[in-house]
Amino acid sequence: MNAPLGTLDRPNSYIGRSVSRPNAKRLLAGRGRYVTDLVLPRMLHATFLRSPYAHARIVSVDLGAARAMPGVRLVATGAELAKLCTPWTGTLDHFKGMKSAPQLPLPVEEVLWSGQAVIAVVAETRAQAEDAAEAIIVAFEELPPVVEIDQAREPDADRAALAVADNLCFHSRLDTGSIDEVFAGAAHIVEEEFLFGRHTAVTLEPRAIIAHWDASEGKLTVHHATQTPYQFQDLYSRHYGIPEASVRVIAPDIGGSFGMKLHVYPEDMAVVGLSMLCGRPVKFVADRIESFVSDIHARDHRVRARMALDGKGTILAVDVDDVTAIGAFSTYPRTSAVEGNQVIRLIGAPYRFRDYRAELSVVFQNKVQTSQYRAVGHPIACTVTERLVDLAAAKAGLDPIAMREKNLIADDAYPCDSPTGYKFEALSHQASLKKLKALMDYDALRAEQAALRRRGIHRGIGIASFVEISNPSPAFYGIGGARISAQDGAIITVTPSGEVRCLISVTEQGQGTETIIGQVVADQLGVPRERVRVMTGDTETTPHGGATWACRGAGIGGETALQASRKLRGNVLLVAATILQAKADELDMREGVIVDAPTGAERISLAEVARIAYFRSDTLPPGVSAQLSVAHHYAPQGYPFAFTNGVQGCHVELDTQTGFVRILKHWVVEDCGRIINPLLVDEQVRGGVVQGLGAAFFEECRYDENGQLTNGSLADYLVPMACEMPDIVVGHIETPTADTELGAKGCGEAGTAAASAAALNAVNDAMSPFGASIAQIPMTPARLLRALGAI
Amino acid sequence: MSAHLPLTLSVNGEEVSRLVEPRETLADFLRRDLSLTGTHTGCEMGVCGACLVMLDGLPTHACLVFAVQAQGASVETVEGLTQSAAIADLQRAFHERNALQCGFCTPGMLVTAQGLLSRKALPSREEIRDALSGNYCRCTGYEAIVDAIEMVARRRAAGETATSFVEEPA
Amino acid sequence: MKARAFSYVRPATLAEAFDAFAAAGGEASYIAGGQSLVPALALRLQAPECLVDIADIAELRGISQEGEWLRLGALTRHVEAHDDPLIAACAPLLALAAPHVAHPAIRNRGTLGGSVALADPASEFPAMMLAMDAEMEIAGPAGRRRVPATEFFQDLYQTAIEPGELLVALHIPLARPEHRCDFDELARRRGDYAIVGCGVMLALPQEVVSEARIAFLSVGPTPVRARAAEAALTGNRLDGDATRRAQAALSEDLDPAEDEQVPAAMRLHLARVLLGRLLGRIAGAA
Repeated sequence: MNAPLGTLDRPNSYIGRSVSRPNAKRLLAGRGRYVTDLVLPRMLHATFLRSPYAHARIVSVDLGAARAMPGVRLVATGAELAKLCTPWTGTLDHFKGMKSAPQLPLPVEEVLWSGQAVIAVVAETRAQAEDAAEAIIVAFEELPPVVEIDQAREPDADRAALAVADNLCFHSRLDTGSIDEVFAGAAHIVEEEFLFGRHTAVTLEPRAIIAHWDASEGKLTVHHATQTPYQFQDLYSRHYGIPEASVRVIAPDIGGSFGMKLHVYPEDMAVVGLSMLCGRPVKFVADRIESFVSDIHARDHRVRARMALDGKGTILAVDVDDVTAIGAFSTYPRTSAVEGNQVIRLIGAPYRFRDYRAELSVVFQNKVQTSQYRAVGHPIACTVTERLVDLAAAKAGLDPIAMREKNLIADDAYPCDSPTGYKFEALSHQASLKKLKALMDYDALRAEQAALRRRGIHRGIGIASFVEISNPSPAFYGIGGARISAQDGAIITVTPSGEVRCLISVTEQGQGTETIIGQVVADQLGVPRERVRVMTGDTETTPHGGATWACRGAGIGGETALQASRKLRGNVLLVAATILQAKADELDMREGVIVDAPTGAERISLAEVARIAYFRSDTLPPGVSAQLSVAHHYAPQGYPFAFTNGVQGCHVELDTQTGFVRILKHWVVEDCGRIINPLLVDEQVRGGVVQGLGAAFFEECRYDENGQLTNGSLADYLVPMACEMPDIVVGHIETPTADTELGAKGCGEAGTAAASAAALNAVNDAMSPFGASIAQIPMTPARLLRALGAI
Repeated sequence: MSAHLPLTLSVNGEEVSRLVEPRETLADFLRRDLSLTGTHTGCEMGVCGACLVMLDGLPTHACLVFAVQAQGASVETVEGLTQSAAIADLQRAFHERNALQCGFCTPGMLVTAQGLLSRKALPSREEIRDALSGNYCRCTGYEAIVDAIEMVARRRAAGETATSFVEEPA
Repeated sequence: MKARAFSYVRPATLAEAFDAFAAAGGEASYIAGGQSLVPALALRLQAPECLVDIADIAELRGISQEGEWLRLGALTRHVEAHDDPLIAACAPLLALAAPHVAHPAIRNRGTLGGSVALADPASEFPAMMLAMDAEMEIAGPAGRRRVPATEFFQDLYQTAIEPGELLVALHIPLARPEHRCDFDELARRRGDYAIVGCGVMLALPQEVVSEARIAFLSVGPTPVRARAAEAALTGNRLDGDATRRAQAALSEDLDPAEDEQVPAAMRLHLARVLLGRLLGRIAGAA
């Protein structure tokens, strides 16, 4: 099932094998080391008094009682922290005209959302800190909150943040030019208004950080549950004025991230300053209630879209208006505009049409900031596209599969570009759809659906093709002035005993980064996998790199490891050739033994080479100096992004009396290029699908008219749980990218990208006998009963 | 008014005595006072299942019990269940099937699985999913966890016994 | 999310418990399983000065048949309602509702007495006390009394239990051979508080309903007996007509509040759907 290996075709290749994760054993034994677990000597605990209002001015604070409470070591205001930390602004230069209010660790005058941290309390225990926080008295003067997107966009609207002139953060327009003419001449037009609920990541381990400022050596050490330790090393250094080399950020085991833990949070920046003020390590772990009001949220879009077709059902053009509300300021350093930007650029991406127009408005409101969360923008773009395609299919009298067969970009049409400017190297929409149809036994499902409908059982089948962005180049952030690296670095060493240590800049959050890097290193170096130890997540020891986000770990990190391993293998073979008085290019290393390349005859073990190199260099000829460590960096330079693709199918049963939906089964065929570890890819896809199904049916941050989050607890915000989730069938097509030797692309967001679209189409399919439809997620029973006219 | 109280209980087969504040939960007591950090807290209100331990042999939320309430009780955490090899087969199956990613939910999942299989030897997939209804996992999508538990149920029914998990090669 | 400080005592008898409560000047809470109380303390929604742990009071334990009644000590755990053969035989509605109560680990520690005393209108067991015509035995410094379920649930989280008193036991009339019962609920996810739930207990000596008790949860500030629906069934054959009349009668019984997520009309609609399905199941099995 794997793609031809070509230059990767090594004896006993680890690439393409379902091996289990060595580091998972520790987690299974309860020996993970998460930031929440860590205790440092003399460590204090921080908590924050939070704003009860969505928008208010701080009139006065009375900290006397809190400071006198047992165990309290510090109560600090925004003004005190502002003396230590410079402000930040979440804009990117390539988003022209973007604006946002500057931010500080804690507000000095104006609070912008309900739940914003206002005053910090540091005490010997978290409980004591909470006791003291209750004793703080803050007088707020309420300001009018901006809550709804239309309210925010009114000409004389109240401002969500007084520091910016109006509530428009960013506006963008794409236009290929002749949209109005195409629509005027279209045989069919379908249109819809889509609503996407706000949701949030809900990692099981909340955000956690321990900052330790050691004034004696001028060094800041931060244990930080983040995907991107290098980014935070840079930020702590620049905003606190500490030399970069004196800032160490360690990201140990992390209890889930999904994009949520790579943004700057005010509390995290504050904790660094609190440690400086206390001269002791300070720990902050957001409790679940704090998580809901301070972790980034995502989505929250209203999209009006229409599609033009010719008489035969060929898609001609798409016209889109997307409005998204992001909170009162744009998130730093990646901004809150990337999601909308990706929505308008990904809409229609799997299809052949050439005429496109899109308008994006990113607006401020008084809610917690939104930003990048798994599959940024993809679920919205995919849902809009795929629902329009289904509506179009109905108009044209085509089956949804036939409609897609007709309109998907042909597998032999690459390279090509999208009307929105994305460049596609090689995708496999047609092959993926064909495979999905077979996996689902689509025709049998349709026959069963028809038979069951006659008995009053209403099942629905939904299909959604998708494109996913992976392996981003500097075109993503670097070009906009953000100090976010698109390259990765690795240092690989053969130890004196002939074992291998790989320090690499991509990071691990459970997806299996360390495992696949170990597979690549073992494979390309030629050693048993058990002999390779991969270490990640410590800026003091691992080279600077982009780390893990946007599905770049396998593609960019993997290629970095591949190139570094090959370099090291060359070095090992040079030393071995010297020892053996052979030619290096006639030797190979396999399973830790240097062999004659043509015959496979064993010549000398790696351990022996290492012993000689480290301890008996006197026996090597003059001028020979063994280089058993290699430092290597790799940055993608071909296509700006390595796009992946796939298609999903969802099968549901709708209880038309209750509005409850049972998800019967879900299928995914995806193409992430070279698969390094099928077991891990499948589980990434399944986990991703469930996050998409959560969004489709359950998850939504609900706010009242005053900007108060009304379901901010794990009992009230409904995450997908085991009973309601289906078994998920995963299939693969492999189209490696030719930009790298490894050929790997990302897979972590594919599941989330299209699951909600497939689910929405499935529910609409189930409702079609009633002439009912829905274009809003989550699809709650109330919304479905309303759509059905039952209430 | 909140003087520390003496507390004696059995944790992972060892008698433990400490002075504790009444407001300290069993979860915080295990994590903070005993450094048993395999018990995780994800919500502190009994809905995520990350803090499940065996309390007198039954899966229980350690965040919904104050440590003082466990006076005289017997507590087993993932560390103890690992050491006794009681869940070695579950751990092995989770490992083989990659039924964990970030691992934060995993100790609670293991405790639930152990509790389920002690009540019902060969549960259906639906019954496994039902038993997991209070265990939140954001990473896996649950299917691999259901698979792993199903696999262990079959292996146990076939009479396979567990040996220590942690000493096996990775 | 850490509770405010409190003191803690664990009396061995009811008398000691009452004394401990009184000693705290009324600023005390009894704790049994704690599965609802501990989150409320962690969220600082409640902050008693003293917790009186009743776990060691032997009198509060035990499942026994006493004449025509099943006596469940207040500390009987949810898991026992789920598993205990005597409960399954004598109070089958309780056993049918138990799997819907939260999740396995909560059921391992949560107590029936705690659930009934809290009287959360969205909880299964309080509503089942209504459906089973149970009586609550309450003890306090002034003595003890038995209160029928119909008088026990007074308002949102308010019951006949006075401050300082304790729910000692639940007394449930034994189900008779002619009784048919069923329970179901509509919850977004397994174990969530239901949007609406319903327990039905019918006496069907022949083909005609001689007695009907129907109780709903999650439809108002207290669990609710659906008297009009019961009347629509009583004396009639359990057929489609009677079912439709009972469903229609629910508009007299239920007056759910408006809620953005679950509009009142939706809750009433779902209550009717649920009742129809339960009656259909009973009729189908009869």
